[in-house]
Amino acid sequence: MQLNTREKVLEKIVFARNALLSEKAHHYCAGCGHGIVHRLLAELIDEFGIAQKTVLIAPVGCGVLAYFYIKVDGCEAAHGRVPAVATGLKRVNPENIVIAYQGDGDLLAIGTAETIHAANRGENITVVFINNALYGMTGGQMAPTSLVGQKTKTSPYGRSAAEAGYPIRACELLNSLEAPVFIERTGVHSVKQIIRTKKALKKGLANQIENRGYSFIEVLSMCPTGWGMKPVKAVEWIENQMVPYYPLENFRDR
Amino acid sequence: MSKKVFMKGNEALAEAAIIAGCRYFFGYPITPQNEVPAYFAMRLPQVGGTFLQAESELAAINMVFGASAAGARVMTSSSSPGISLKQEGISYMAGAELPAVVVNMMRGGPGLGSIAGSQGDYFQAVKGGGHGDYRLIVLAPNSVQELADLTVLAFDLADRYRMVCMILGDGFLGQMSEPLVLPTPSGESFDKSDWVLDGAKDRAPRIVRSLRLTPEDALEKLNLRLQEKYHAVEQNETRSEEYMADDAEYLMVGFGISSRLLKAAVHSLRAQGVKAGLFRPVTLWPFPSKQLAACAAGKRRVLVVEMNAGQMVEDVRLAVNGSVPVDFLGRMAGMLPEIKTITERIKNYAA
Amino acid sequence: MASGRPVIDTALCKGCELCVSVCPQKVLSMSEDTNDRGVPYACFDESDNCTACAFCGQICPEYAIRVIRYERVAEEV
Repeated sequence: MQLNTREKVLEKIVFARNALLSEKAHHYCAGCGHGIVHRLLAELIDEFGIAQKTVLIAPVGCGVLAYFYIKVDGCEAAHGRVPAVATGLKRVNPENIVIAYQGDGDLLAIGTAETIHAANRGENITVVFINNALYGMTGGQMAPTSLVGQKTKTSPYGRSAAEAGYPIRACELLNSLEAPVFIERTGVHSVKQIIRTKKALKKGLANQIENRGYSFIEVLSMCPTGWGMKPVKAVEWIENQMVPYYPLENFRDR
Repeated sequence: MSKKVFMKGNEALAEAAIIAGCRYFFGYPITPQNEVPAYFAMRLPQVGGTFLQAESELAAINMVFGASAAGARVMTSSSSPGISLKQEGISYMAGAELPAVVVNMMRGGPGLGSIAGSQGDYFQAVKGGGHGDYRLIVLAPNSVQELADLTVLAFDLADRYRMVCMILGDGFLGQMSEPLVLPTPSGESFDKSDWVLDGAKDRAPRIVRSLRLTPEDALEKLNLRLQEKYHAVEQNETRSEEYMADDAEYLMVGFGISSRLLKAAVHSLRAQGVKAGLFRPVTLWPFPSKQLAACAAGKRRVLVVEMNAGQMVEDVRLAVNGSVPVDFLGRMAGMLPEIKTITERIKNYAA
Repeated sequence: MASGRPVIDTALCKGCELCVSVCPQKVLSMSEDTNDRGVPYACFDESDNCTACAFCGQICPEYAIRVIRYERVAEEV
């Protein structure tokens, strides 16, 4: 007996805002990569079920209010000191998942010692480094990651290697240390890279959950305002200018 | 009878911290307090605590920030130049209302200075040092016994008021060995559950911070609350000691190691028929202004003796408010004033 | 027939145009007018060409795009 059927169309939501992201609209510029990384972290925290154990440490920089945007415990840190604050938090409450979220100045200028030594001690934390090749919050000054020839507020003629040295590659620097277990550089300038970033962040968090040690994920991110270009051009700038100097690869995965 | 032990100041303070329940120490080597981290390195693993030699004094105070935010009793210690490095972190902790104990074993300054004990950081400790409107509770022990006792008190004060409590010692105090009875903890417990960062389990997420950017979350509101808190500390926690001051005609004022010299000077003067007495502030903040004003009333002269160019003397003058002449005698850079010099000065007044 | 559609919260859109640039099916474009932020916002062309790949949602820094996939099921009458 043949049944009469008709086709019914169901609507399945395949992509939506994660509930751990604050309803409050964030303050980042149009096309900024911070929002994308926040989303990936919120989704992973949700997927791992660790929202009730996570403490997110915000840097000084555009990300200074990051703790307003993801619904987990948040902690402030003085400029550059995120890894030290993370060390204090993690040593006292090892069951907490501590995410150290930093930008160029925080991680590689004022905080270089803290960055290297937390990595060197193999602190069981996850460090997320947002590399936009300049200081965004303060108006676009040169950063340790600014490229040679790049024009910024404090390198108006373009960065001169003779005057200001060369850009620092954080992943390669930390790769000289014994202790870290995961070091990877990704980007958020394409969907393919965003997916890579999520995988790398996932590994970084899994390592912490499994007490395997220190993980470092560097994310090349758009800064349309700082670079003085539209977001779509900023994507191209990452691809054409940043990636040749900052290769997108995994450096360590123990 | 309580058992007496013979310990170096730096080590006694570390043991007292452990007695008070401190299980986390973050520090960095600097003379003359190196025995403090060394003792903690040896002792903390024995009691299941964590010792970490940080990459700098700056890193150490920020580790303290994190550990305090996580709810632990935590200490850092350093000496003058290292305390300068910690000022930013201390200001942050004041704004975030995080408790901790910071020890300064003062040495000669300014700059790299000398490694001998001195009292040159009174202004830094009491008047600010870091930026913004904040206060530290500042305790000034003058013996190894008092150093140990005040260390235990410091943790209670820090937790009670959610403030940084500083123990202002000096190189002499840290290095000298004296007999003492190890203190016992007060037994008071402090509920931190409504503010610590231990993961948002069964509660709304919270943030530990000093930043207040928006009008509806105003920095002034925070500051008014801090000022209220500091007022309460001033009402409740002032401490001082008077020695042979009641019938004294000449009152000497000193804190820490200077007060040990002044006590000897009192004895020497009394033996020579001069009625001298001593007022010793124990809390430098809150400064015992009322007690000092009452003690100094009717005296012929007040002589403040410090191992600096004249720092606490300003607060003495404020407290006394012109009712009695206030003089100053000081040596700097780690030089100890001679008792003879002090007694000669008092005898000159008497003549 | 359409496989799905993006649902764009135009009030959240900051006009970065990244979604437009990554859409493999070219079903997105920027509006002529502006939203309350004063910027043009992303619009779906309402065509059948959306494959619900969610690239737009993935790259949107404002989480302004929800993506719906159509699932066709047979149902008894």
